Amino acid sequence: MKPPPFRYHDPDSVEEAIGLLGRLENARLLAGGQSLMPMLNMRFVLPDHLIDLARVEALRGVRLEADRARIGAMTVQRDLERDAALAERLPLVAEALRWVGHRQTRNRGTLGGSLCHLDPAAELPAVCAVLDAVVRVRGPGGERQLAFADFPLGYMTPAIEPDEMLVGVELPLWPRGHGHGFAEFARRHGDYAIALAAVQLALDASGRIARAAVAIGGVGPAPVRVQAAERALLGEAPTDAVLAAAAAACREVEAMDDVQVPGTYRRQLAGVMARRALADAVARASAQGT
Amino acid sequence: MTPRIDITLNVNGSDHDIRVEPRRTLADALRQDCGLTGTNVGCEHGVCGACTVLLDGEPVRSCLMFAVQAQGRRLRTVEGLANAEGLHPLQQAFTDHHALQCGYCTPGFLMLAAGTLERHPDIDDESLREVLSSNLCRCTGYQNILRAVRAVRDSRRLAREDAR
Ligand code: FES
Ligand code: FES
Repeated sequence: MKPPPFRYHDPDSVEEAIGLLGRLENARLLAGGQSLMPMLNMRFVLPDHLIDLARVEALRGVRLEADRARIGAMTVQRDLERDAALAERLPLVAEALRWVGHRQTRNRGTLGGSLCHLDPAAELPAVCAVLDAVVRVRGPGGERQLAFADFPLGYMTPAIEPDEMLVGVELPLWPRGHGHGFAEFARRHGDYAIALAAVQLALDASGRIARAAVAIGGVGPAPVRVQAAERALLGEAPTDAVLAAAAAACREVEAMDDVQVPGTYRRQLAGVMARRALADAVARASAQGT
Repeated sequence: MTPRIDITLNVNGSDHDIRVEPRRTLADALRQDCGLTGTNVGCEHGVCGACTVLLDGEPVRSCLMFAVQAQGRRLRTVEGLANAEGLHPLQQAFTDHHALQCGYCTPGFLMLAAGTLERHPDIDDESLREVLSSNLCRCTGYQNILRAVRAVRDSRRLAREDAR
């Protein structure tokens, strides 16, 4: 239960970090360490070099622009949770973060670390999925951007080349007065989710659903948007029957069996979590008097 | 073995100059290099919270960071709680409320509670329960730990109101 030996590097710029990544054999980036450290301690990963990003100040911080929030990859989860301006425009983020590990781990864990680790049960990837996040990745050839929908290539596999690193995330803002919902089921608070749902809704002047985004996490190998659910909502008044139809669509997502629970149970829970998240989103959207 | 690095850890206000391998966790450096064995190590993978210390006032799991990463930060461990006048109020409350049996989890709970009450002196019961749920105790059943921390929160609140 002790980490294997490695050489330690602590660059203070992205350029330097990318240079090291390109030059060193078998190197791993260390973000907040709240997932990588357990894997090192258990010797699931055996890097020869560890590149600690803690000193790269340029990767930290939240900047709100007219239509999007730009968040550095090394922004600590607890800082994200406490960012009042972000909480006002995208309250879903802070709500979901309350489910991410515990306060002690959120004091170290980062947004980028969680996205690159890409645990299927993690909350932040599901948040990025539902918000249509844009992911910024930099490598020796410069920066590229990709839609979060294209980011998970499969189970715990982000679309990042070995010589590239995630530098930031952009979250497009929703109109003021939109509603959000987040629901999760885990054995104990702070445990991995067995199923979770994240929802964003905007109502038009007549109270019908003008925009809807529904994501399910913890059920399949990576979080997914449920387009059938979104179609069931769009243009409708948010009645119980409409929400139930959308939740039913969430029970159709691909599900994994594991030692904890069978996939059929995960699917069932996906529907229940979606129903709860939808109800919260509707209540919040109408409460804002859109 | 990889080359060792010279670092200085500031723990409870004192500097400790130590030489460690980069793979040395903060928990092990505190215990083995600084000789501060009050911080306990349970699971070594971030599940139990026994190793909780304060890093610039915020509770963190010292098994989930490397000692080299704690350079230039202010660390506090259970050894820093009591002073010449006696036990820290939380330590006294844990004793009074029977919040420990074997005591293995206690340093972690004390530091978690100390950091939390300093930042959030008026934390409500539900939030407190949520915060404390991050640490494991195999003996007490948790209720007495909650009672002890609530008692300190409440007595400090009374003291603040009296002072007004
Ligand atoms: S020893 Fe660090 S969390 Fe268990
Ligand atoms: S008192 Fe024994 S583990 Fe908590």
